[in-house]
Amino acid sequence: MQSFAGFSLFSVLLLMALGLAIIFGQMGVVNLAHGEFMALGAYTVYLSSTVVHTYLPALAPYYFVIAIVIAFLVAGLTGWLVEWSLIRFLYKRPLDTLLATWGLSLIMQQSFRSIFGAREVTPTLPEWLMGSFKPSESIDIPINGVFVMGLTLALTLGIWLFMYRSRIGLQMRATVQNRVMSGAAGINTRLVDRFTFSLGCGIAGVAGAAFTTIGSTGPDSGSRYIVDTFLVVVFGGTASLMGTIASAFGIAQGQSILEFFLKGTMGKVAVLMVIVLVLMIRPQGLFASKIRS
Amino acid sequence: MLTVSNLTVGYGQSRVIHEMNFSLRAEEILAIMGRNGMGKTTLLKSLIGILPSRQGSILLGDKEISGLASHERVRSGIAFVPQGRMIFPALTVSENILTGARGPVEKSAWDEIYALFPILHEMRKRKGGNLSGGQQQQLAIARALISNPKVLVLDEPTEGIQPSIIKDIARALRQIRSARKIAIIVTEQVVSFMMDVCDRALVIERGRFVHEAPREGLSADQVRSLLAV
Ligand SMILES: Nc1ncnc2c1ncn2[C@@H]1O[C@H](COP(=O)(O)OP(=O)(O)O)[C@@H](O)[C@H]1O
Ligand SMILES: [Mg+2]
Repeated sequence: MQSFAGFSLFSVLLLMALGLAIIFGQMGVVNLAHGEFMALGAYTVYLSSTVVHTYLPALAPYYFVIAIVIAFLVAGLTGWLVEWSLIRFLYKRPLDTLLATWGLSLIMQQSFRSIFGAREVTPTLPEWLMGSFKPSESIDIPINGVFVMGLTLALTLGIWLFMYRSRIGLQMRATVQNRVMSGAAGINTRLVDRFTFSLGCGIAGVAGAAFTTIGSTGPDSGSRYIVDTFLVVVFGGTASLMGTIASAFGIAQGQSILEFFLKGTMGKVAVLMVIVLVLMIRPQGLFASKIRS
Repeated sequence: MLTVSNLTVGYGQSRVIHEMNFSLRAEEILAIMGRNGMGKTTLLKSLIGILPSRQGSILLGDKEISGLASHERVRSGIAFVPQGRMIFPALTVSENILTGARGPVEKSAWDEIYALFPILHEMRKRKGGNLSGGQQQQLAIARALISNPKVLVLDEPTEGIQPSIIKDIARALRQIRSARKIAIIVTEQVVSFMMDVCDRALVIERGRFVHEAPREGLSADQVRSLLAV
């Protein structure tokens, strides 16, 4: 079922793009290592799977849900450390940030290679995730696709609630509007930055967990997704959640469907051409964007 | 309450505030009068930490705050209402107020703010950007007050605001001082507003104080002539 493959891809792309857009929209930082945070999440699920199946087989049916949370925490915590040790020295120096995060992506890839080997790995997914619904003879809906989709929608809603209902979400929105005044109002804008970066990376970690249901994880899995993620963000604009959702959906479905008809990379090429055309007409993306000045 | 000594502030090569000394007493309203470009905003920005000071000390109570970041100064008890209000246009009125708060806000604190500025209660769900200048000014004061400051600092609060609302703001400032027992620094060019609110006035010219007078000895005409070009 081509369109259901599209739904899983949509979920991964949307989560990746949300994380990237939050970091870029709030802080003006382009995180070229974002894909590696996704891979980090995927490897975390793989590790959890290995540990559980080796030492706690009784937990095997449930571990995946917990592993998603751990993937979020591991990627988020790593993001926190990266902001603290690297990114915070580079604000207002966009080119240096690009170089630094690119370097970071290479370091992370090499670390994955050293720790997990160059071969791709796959976590053992719980059995309930592997089946499919058969509402009728011709329709076959994979449960993992539905699960990943539900996870994505729940997380998207959670992020929205967090941004609009929590105090730190409020501080993030204030900081992006007027950083100096936010500081003078008593907001620790540096801490808000660190938190923002960490949150974006954590979301990428969840994208990685979702990714394990549709592909196997290798050291360069993240870098294969980063271009598509950038496409989603550029296409949708960084300002609105709806823009990101619509854009992720369009690109994921477009690729899946066109790949079905055109075979392989031709689908990607066709999608790229459509995006280039749209951006020629609307350089600010489908939905207008506002970034920190 | 606040003791500033030997404070020097500038931009790049140029110095704007020169070795300034003054102190603010408990529960005092101090007006700093000066024409455009005389350094009022520069002075206040360096008090709140938006601009670093070149030298000198700023004591809040007995705590040295001149090395702290803005948000740490706010936490130490100084709050700022900037020139031009600088409210967050895309946040609602109540969200704007909350940006000034640390931790949860008690119902009584909301009640106090809304009693002081009833219009903000009426407008609490509107976006800050949709408020009039006078309403935004009240909002900026509310945002500062919610942090429970010991010293409230306002930069030209009457600029571009209707006379009727200027009266309201003067009344609110006196009320805040007596209800909360805090000290207030306000920069101004409008002499009538100054005569309305202050206990003492300093006149600033090119980054130096050139005149000081207590409320009783204050002559509006004298200040006007000092402000005249
Ligand atoms: N960002 C800046 N960069 C350089 N010079 C500035 C800047 N802001 C203000 N100045 C200069 O500092 C002096 C004092 O300005 P300011 O503090 O804004 O005065 P006031 O608030 O009394 O009108 C003026 O000469 C002004 O030109
Ligand atoms: Mg000024």
